[in-house]
Amino acid sequence: MSVYRHSVSLESEKCKGCTHCLRRCPTEAIRIRDGRAVINTERCIDCGECIRLCPHKAKKAIYDPLESINNFKYKIALPPPTLYGQFDNLDDVDCMLKGLLDYGFDDVFEVACAAEMVTEYTRHYLKTENVQRPVISSACPVIVRLISLRFPTLAKHLIPIMPPVEIAGKLAREKAKKEHPELKDEDIGVVFISPCTAKVSYVKNALCGEKSSNIDLVVSMSDMYFELLNTMKSEIAPEPLSRTGMIGVNWATSGGESSSLLNDRYLAADGIENVIKVLDDIETGSYPCLDFIELNACPGGCVGGVLTMENPYIARVRLQNIRRYLPVSQNRPDMHGMDHPFPAEYNVGEFPEINPVRMFSQDRKTAIRLMSEAASFFETLPEIDCGYCGAPNCRAFADDVVRGMAKPEECAVLAKKKNGIN
Amino acid sequence: MSDNKKLSYCFDVDGANFTSAGEASVKVKKRLREAGFDPETIRRVSIAMYEGEINMVIHAGGGKAEVVIEEDRIVIILTDEGPGIADIDQAMQEGFSTAPDNIRSLGFGAGMGLPNMKRYTDEMVIDSRLGKGTKITMTVYV
Repeated sequence: MSVYRHSVSLESEKCKGCTHCLRRCPTEAIRIRDGRAVINTERCIDCGECIRLCPHKAKKAIYDPLESINNFKYKIALPPPTLYGQFDNLDDVDCMLKGLLDYGFDDVFEVACAAEMVTEYTRHYLKTENVQRPVISSACPVIVRLISLRFPTLAKHLIPIMPPVEIAGKLAREKAKKEHPELKDEDIGVVFISPCTAKVSYVKNALCGEKSSNIDLVVSMSDMYFELLNTMKSEIAPEPLSRTGMIGVNWATSGGESSSLLNDRYLAADGIENVIKVLDDIETGSYPCLDFIELNACPGGCVGGVLTMENPYIARVRLQNIRRYLPVSQNRPDMHGMDHPFPAEYNVGEFPEINPVRMFSQDRKTAIRLMSEAASFFETLPEIDCGYCGAPNCRAFADDVVRGMAKPEECAVLAKKKNGIN
Repeated sequence: MSDNKKLSYCFDVDGANFTSAGEASVKVKKRLREAGFDPETIRRVSIAMYEGEINMVIHAGGGKAEVVIEEDRIVIILTDEGPGIADIDQAMQEGFSTAPDNIRSLGFGAGMGLPNMKRYTDEMVIDSRLGKGTKITMTVYV
């Protein structure tokens, strides 16, 4: 992969150089330089935590503007189940899907349907011999990137299947071509309505295992929300459009993906800090009796994404309401006579290679020497983690100094001592 | 700062706080990754160290963990002032445990701690004195 394209960026004129994002970035990708935050793009995993935290709204998500759908002759919306939980008093998903068509889309394809397929495939995958247990879900792109950067030994635990959004995009495109043979590939615009920034990076970097993603545009769920408020009409009984069952809807919230595997030996964790703790433990060999691990970077699962409108816990309650009278699953691929747990066209193959960005040096001897220097320098630091130097904590500052990314005198406490002020 | 200075990290393993057991192992793992050790070596060191930390918390009321990182080896030295190990051969048997019930209910105390430490390291030396404490030195060669 050449240059990784991120979906989190900084509006530097709004940044005051405070330390909120600095301290909470889970991969320590942020430094304050010349009074402004700088994101290290090699370390950033697009979790969106800094967007959530910034009191000055200086961190912003990059996504496609809604108007860009007009660049395509035939527009297909991919609404994820998270969208269903955004609206007050929505008890019929069809009203919302009809709203998307009235807004200007030519077709809608629910991501929840593809999610139900992935559930079915995962169940078969878990029955396969020689899979690395616990199997880790690959649906959240933040998790996949986090694992490839920080937990490379766990990469082989990831289920190598495309995430539901990609399969939905693929199927939606195939359906359009079949129904409208006159359409050329470039006429079709597959538009994902995203709850998070990470899905934007996923599409822009083509992490789907194919040359390019089946999704053309990623728009923000909150942008779409306001448009839908105008186009959704609940008084007219809409034609039945929704084809998802309970399982598909459940994917929007943490634990939904794993509980639908009908296997109690699973763990579901959400919120990036909790996720990192779980990955640390798995790497050390804890939880030997687990079959499946579902990890969501956002609190509460996809409903906690930074581009959503509603409080994730309220959204969860609404989804419970919506799914109440739905069949358990409406998308069960025929698995008879299949040798593999899922079709080869949905296989993403190898996950990204180990990216040793955190290494001090390629040469171990040099690395140990530098780390030893960092350890000695760290001893002289106050360990108050004030963030004034621009690093998230004293340890990171010591590392930065030996890596040549910071100067010792940037520590305010050391400077004060040197000048004889107590 | 001399070139020959060994890289070492020292951790206080808090015996009063069971929930923090295993934290030093996570920190060491990060450091080994930054030094460029291979994943299998890192896994061995972190499991051995994790088991050692848990042991010190369960049996000895905490202690000290020192990790010395060299180019060709990683040495873990665990020192505590606990009751000492009465019968080392017995303690090395898989399944033998003197952990109390409340610890077992958490899923620990399966009698695999010391055997795992031996399995995942190349050398393990136990120096234990009853009533005085225990020092375990484990070495993983790269």
